[in-house]
Amino acid sequence: MLHTLAVLVENSPGVLTRVAGLFSRRGFNIDSLAVGRTEDPEVSRMTIVVDGDDRVLEQVTKQLHKLVDVIKINDITADEYVDRELVLIKVNADHTQRVEVIQICDVFRARIVDMGRKTLTLECTGNHGKINALEETLRPYGIKELVRTGKIAMVRGTKNTGYQENGAKEESL
Amino acid sequence: MEITAAQALVQCLEKEQVELIFGYPGGTILPVYDALHDSAIKHVLVRHEQGAVHAADGYARATGKVGVVVATSGPGATNLVTGIANAYMDSVPLVIITGQVATGMVGTDAFQEVDTTGITLPITKHNYLVKDAAQLPRMIKNAFYIATTGRPGPVLIDLPKDIAETKIKFNYPETVHLRGYKPTFRGHHNQIAEAAKLIARSQKPVIYAGGGITRSRSSDELLALAETINAPVTNTLQGLSSFPGDHPLFLGMLGLHGTRAANLAVTNCDLLIALGARFDDRVTGKISEFAPQAGVIHVDVDPAEIGKNVAVHIPIVGDVKQVLQELLPRLEKRTDTTWLEQINAWREEYPLRYEVEGKLKPQYVVEKLAEITGGTAVVATDVGQHQMWVAQYYRFKRAGGLISSGGLGAMGFGLPAAMGAQFGLPGEQVVMVAGDGGFQMTMQELGTIVENKLPLKMIILNNYVLGMVRQLQKVYHEGRYTAVNFKFHPDFEMLARAYGIKGYTLRTKEEVDTLLPQALAEPGPVLINCLVSAGEWVSPMVPAGKAISEAIDC
Ligand SMILES: Cc1ncc(C[n+]2csc(CCOP(=O)(O)OP(=O)(O)O)c2C)c(N)n1
Repeated sequence: MLHTLAVLVENSPGVLTRVAGLFSRRGFNIDSLAVGRTEDPEVSRMTIVVDGDDRVLEQVTKQLHKLVDVIKINDITADEYVDRELVLIKVNADHTQRVEVIQICDVFRARIVDMGRKTLTLECTGNHGKINALEETLRPYGIKELVRTGKIAMVRGTKNTGYQENGAKEESL
Repeated sequence: MEITAAQALVQCLEKEQVELIFGYPGGTILPVYDALHDSAIKHVLVRHEQGAVHAADGYARATGKVGVVVATSGPGATNLVTGIANAYMDSVPLVIITGQVATGMVGTDAFQEVDTTGITLPITKHNYLVKDAAQLPRMIKNAFYIATTGRPGPVLIDLPKDIAETKIKFNYPETVHLRGYKPTFRGHHNQIAEAAKLIARSQKPVIYAGGGITRSRSSDELLALAETINAPVTNTLQGLSSFPGDHPLFLGMLGLHGTRAANLAVTNCDLLIALGARFDDRVTGKISEFAPQAGVIHVDVDPAEIGKNVAVHIPIVGDVKQVLQELLPRLEKRTDTTWLEQINAWREEYPLRYEVEGKLKPQYVVEKLAEITGGTAVVATDVGQHQMWVAQYYRFKRAGGLISSGGLGAMGFGLPAAMGAQFGLPGEQVVMVAGDGGFQMTMQELGTIVENKLPLKMIILNNYVLGMVRQLQKVYHEGRYTAVNFKFHPDFEMLARAYGIKGYTLRTKEEVDTLLPQALAEPGPVLINCLVSAGEWVSPMVPAGKAISEAIDC
């Protein structure tokens, strides 16, 4: 099963290597990983989607906690959360297909950000499912190039998964 | 007044009360060595960086203090790798300082540049590459804190040469603030209460005590627990010497080469009390048949160890010493002996044994060593059959008496580790026991031992073969012995003499009886080359993939 982890880390050199190295070394499967800074410039947030059962997830969480640069981990899979991913797709669209592709864009609320002689480049944001659906719909036209950011997520409502000074590291036991 | 970061580093070490550093100089670490020139800290110049890091490891295990290592960049750093991994696997607190090429050169494949923090990332508890000289004191403070708290381990600081030479205002931080590092010390009260209840209900408890007891120096608490609840105790290799080897409740080591009594006790127990142990594969054998009927209480300072390999009924995260101190007053004295009678029956039925007659037996030398020293020496082993014979036949009566490479099983550990231990315990009897293979991996440290007038006693159980691998080839490859027989060894007694070390060669039981006590009583360093039978096998042995109750005799 896929789990979504919101992981706050020190914005220090090598932190990405530490986290990525941990996953490969211990044989954990990363589905996606997105990282960027937060409201606090010293803290970065990683959204990691991992595949595994509860036992694997428990180990992932505990091993991540052992990294000194990891400040806080929240498994938000069971929470109500907003998640978004950004995709850029360069798709074949000569004059015979262009109209159809533009219609698809409208349906998915994607935007055309560039135009070539035989291609269109689209940008779309949405949750995982929507991006997958867009990708599948465009596949028959011939996708020349595609890049996804990986998922970022935030819990709905007032619950805070950010960092508060004095907030202890989440206890997993 | 401003001082260089290198000078600040040395002052930080002084503030951390470091007395001894093991190291080897080189170009990029020169500023640190220059700063050491004016310091009261003693620097031990080893003969190889691997010797430095194993010595620091032995020193840390023997004293409970942090082992400090200094080496240069590139080859200096790569020579440390085995020793760092060893300390990481066995949870030994080290602080390692390596030189690095100047920041402007980092990433250019400069002379003697390697990515030290990258190489050591998976084998350190944490590491730092210093990019801002002003941050160095804080990093050192953190390094000592991280190395010694929670589950101990090695921390490395990689120091580029230009940073080391940068002047800073020195100020050693008083406190540590690491928002991502908050080790748990005290166990959860309710869990401890639950554990006490489960113990009270159990009929057939076994205490399985590992390296956590050794590292946290909790032998007294362990003894009190065992005697209060009248439960037998088995040790892992790292746990050995934390419980008196001649105590009626002692089962010996468990697992791959454990005693049958220990393995049967664990297999049949209804409650397994795991203390600072990690259910390693060498201990559990086939995991589904490890303590199959038992409730499991697992106390460990590292939450990631709990539930990693086996399901646990009562997990307690915390320092095992503190947890035991809180648990003990909640326990009632138990006197029921039914379970112990069963255990004693196993013990009587399956004692450890070997044939004393014939060629000199390695087991005999170990038994004799135990007898002469009364089990109170600190014994540092190398890796192989001799290590297992020490584990089986040396009846430890001194807490922390065994220093051995467990998790990594690194040959070459014995001599430098014993040397480090002797540095830390100058007035005590420290004995190395190594095989002829492993001894030759790091025997260059004989020079360091002589130079520093260490009274170390070094026993080589010389069977002229890589005994443990040969045993594996016997059991798993129908005795097709490949690359395990030596055709040449130096005369170790003469080698010792070349170093100015007194040498003995012992060939028979009688020689061991008369000369071993004499050799051990010498005031200076002594090398004792025991020519032992190559026909001995470590027994019992749990074949790969089998349950620990299915051990065979070898
Ligand atoms: C650095 C290293 N290389 C290889 C091994 C594999 N190995 C384990 S035991 C052993 C044989 C050790 O032989 P020796 O030192 O003579 O001791 P004995 O087993 O004969 O007591 C070997 C090669 C190891 N543990 N460490």
